[in-house]
Amino acid sequence: MSAISTSHTDELVRIRGLRTQLGSKVIFDGVDLDIPRGRVTAIMGPSGTGKTTLLRHITGQLVPDAGEIVVDGHDLSKLDRNALFDLRERIGYLFQNSALLTDFSVFENVAFPLRQHARLPEELVRNVVLMKLQAVGLRGAAELMPAELSGGMARRVALARAIVRDPTLLIYDEPFVGLDPIALNQVVKLIRVLNETLGLTSIVVAHELSAVSRVSDEIYLLAAGRVAAHGTPQELVRGATDWTRQFFGGEADGPVPFHYPARDYAADLGFAQVRP
Amino acid sequence: MSEKRDSGSRLGDGLAQVGALGLFLLQVLAAIPRSLRYFAETVRQIFFVGAMSLVIIITCGLFIGLVLGLQLYEVLSRFGSTASVGTVVAIALYRELGPVITALLFAGRAGTSITAEIGLMRATDQLAAMEMMAVDPMAYVVAPRFLAGIVAMPLLACIFNALAIFGSHLVAVSWLGLDNGTFWSNMTGAVDVWTDVMNGVWKSAVFGAVVTLVATFQGYTTAPTSEGVAYATTRTVVYSSILTLVIDFLMTAFLM
Amino acid sequence: MTQRRSHQIGTGLFILLGFTALGYLATQTTSLANYRQGPTYALKARFTNIGQLKLRAPVKVAGVRIGSVTDIQLEPDRLEALVTLAVDRRFNQLPDDSAASVFTSGLLGDQYVALKPGGSPDMFKDGDEIILTQSSVQLEELIGKYLVGSGDSPARKPEEAKPADPAPATPDPATH
Repeated sequence: MSAISTSHTDELVRIRGLRTQLGSKVIFDGVDLDIPRGRVTAIMGPSGTGKTTLLRHITGQLVPDAGEIVVDGHDLSKLDRNALFDLRERIGYLFQNSALLTDFSVFENVAFPLRQHARLPEELVRNVVLMKLQAVGLRGAAELMPAELSGGMARRVALARAIVRDPTLLIYDEPFVGLDPIALNQVVKLIRVLNETLGLTSIVVAHELSAVSRVSDEIYLLAAGRVAAHGTPQELVRGATDWTRQFFGGEADGPVPFHYPARDYAADLGFAQVRP
Repeated sequence: MSEKRDSGSRLGDGLAQVGALGLFLLQVLAAIPRSLRYFAETVRQIFFVGAMSLVIIITCGLFIGLVLGLQLYEVLSRFGSTASVGTVVAIALYRELGPVITALLFAGRAGTSITAEIGLMRATDQLAAMEMMAVDPMAYVVAPRFLAGIVAMPLLACIFNALAIFGSHLVAVSWLGLDNGTFWSNMTGAVDVWTDVMNGVWKSAVFGAVVTLVATFQGYTTAPTSEGVAYATTRTVVYSSILTLVIDFLMTAFLM
Repeated sequence: MTQRRSHQIGTGLFILLGFTALGYLATQTTSLANYRQGPTYALKARFTNIGQLKLRAPVKVAGVRIGSVTDIQLEPDRLEALVTLAVDRRFNQLPDDSAASVFTSGLLGDQYVALKPGGSPDMFKDGDEIILTQSSVQLEELIGKYLVGSGDSPARKPEEAKPADPAPATPDPATH
């Protein structure tokens, strides 16, 4: 898949002035963000800052209220359904809970995107699938069903499925959640190795700082609907904004308040009348 | 005051649900041409909704037939017309009982499993994953199940009817001693292929569409939690049963 | 792959079973069953009144079906109903002085043609006419005849009497 874009910019994904409102809640209020080609870019942020929503914007599953999203030279707002599907065929997406199809074996799950979009000889399908499974170390598990896999294995199978069509962009949504240290390190290693060997561009959404700093070239920290910080992992850890200090230091209170917005505590308890 | 507002908003919710179901139907119909390339998937779904419902359909059909035979023999003997047991059983089954009872059983057996399955796909992001793999879940997941329901329901209803006739014959002829020839000749004299048998076949095809439409809709739009899937499954049985009976009345009154 | 294959086979068996059931219901439990009784021969019969006799109504001997009504026409000159019956060839031992009547099965059931065998040594052949016929007995006529004939209340006209329930007013079986 030599999907080299016609535009000669350095970014695979460019987002400008993104504004999104879901219901009455403003998720993004002017986000500018660039995902450079060939690198691993991490998007971090406290829970509820819309990291997954951002991914859904990039894949065109959700249309923003305002702003421009350009993926590989295509302005998403100008693509029709077919063009969008064509674009998605070049994006691999690793879901938080793996999202393997329950009815199919590991082999058939990995083969699924191939079977849907290309009429390949069975021999070739078999070889491609086994190669991808080998890459994630699960060639021996090809005949298992998803229900028989551990969480870490399921995620690696999902990863094999995401790369089976050699995508240009690979998106990881919370790839480290719920993994034991061994499985976590396996996934960290895989993200790095795949990005280098396959020449991918990767986006990782996560909030495990240690794993993210080992895996990523650049980090965007989202908070309160904006980009709160941006830089290499070292820069961000050294950097001294309130956001980064709280987030990376794991402090309970700070710009992200411990208390959900509420009325005055004393007033709520009924002590307010005592004072004149 | 608040009660009034509650019932008002409930009515609004109900109307919104009906409207959403209608829109969903249009989406499903639009997806059917695209789903033809997943023919193997439709075949697989006929197996799941049809063949897997056989046990309950056969058992219930047989027992409904046995009960109908007993009851009708008793009632008809008061008028000295036990000879028409077969006729009454056959006509009642073909025109009403077969399609309706099969649809209700189908809603309980196949409808719930469709809702639970699609709901689980929603909850575990399998539907989103398909979208990301550029596979339209409407064409790959929903439409094949809808088509399978339309194909499987009439066949299930026919199997149900055959078993019920067998059951009533067992009671009336083998047990209560009605003459075998009388049983069949009265039936064959009064039952018509088109107005009775095929009438029921068309009806059950419509019911198959109704049940699978409600089931896929509930699964597709479920809240992506285990609680949401459980509620959606219940709603499938309730709504598809009600809708089946309402449509049955409308079809009987205005079309047949 | 093997699993997919077994689903396909299962689906095929299911569809086969369903269509077998449909075929059975359609051909064995409906009037279609009556068409497939092998070769038949035709008999004709004239009735002054056939009541509600319909096409495909059964023809019975001793209560057992032997054929069906295939044609009903009004003869323009004699103003009688000419009914054509198709009788199964297996029952070709009907004496040619047998009598045909239009009866009702049960009190309110469908009407059928009953043949009562006679004693002639000669048998009916294809296309023969049944000479001895008895028309349908109309329930209304019967009630009217009874009410007028019983003479309990000669002043009452049948039209007025009609709405009255006839059942309790039959203490005298001799009128039949």
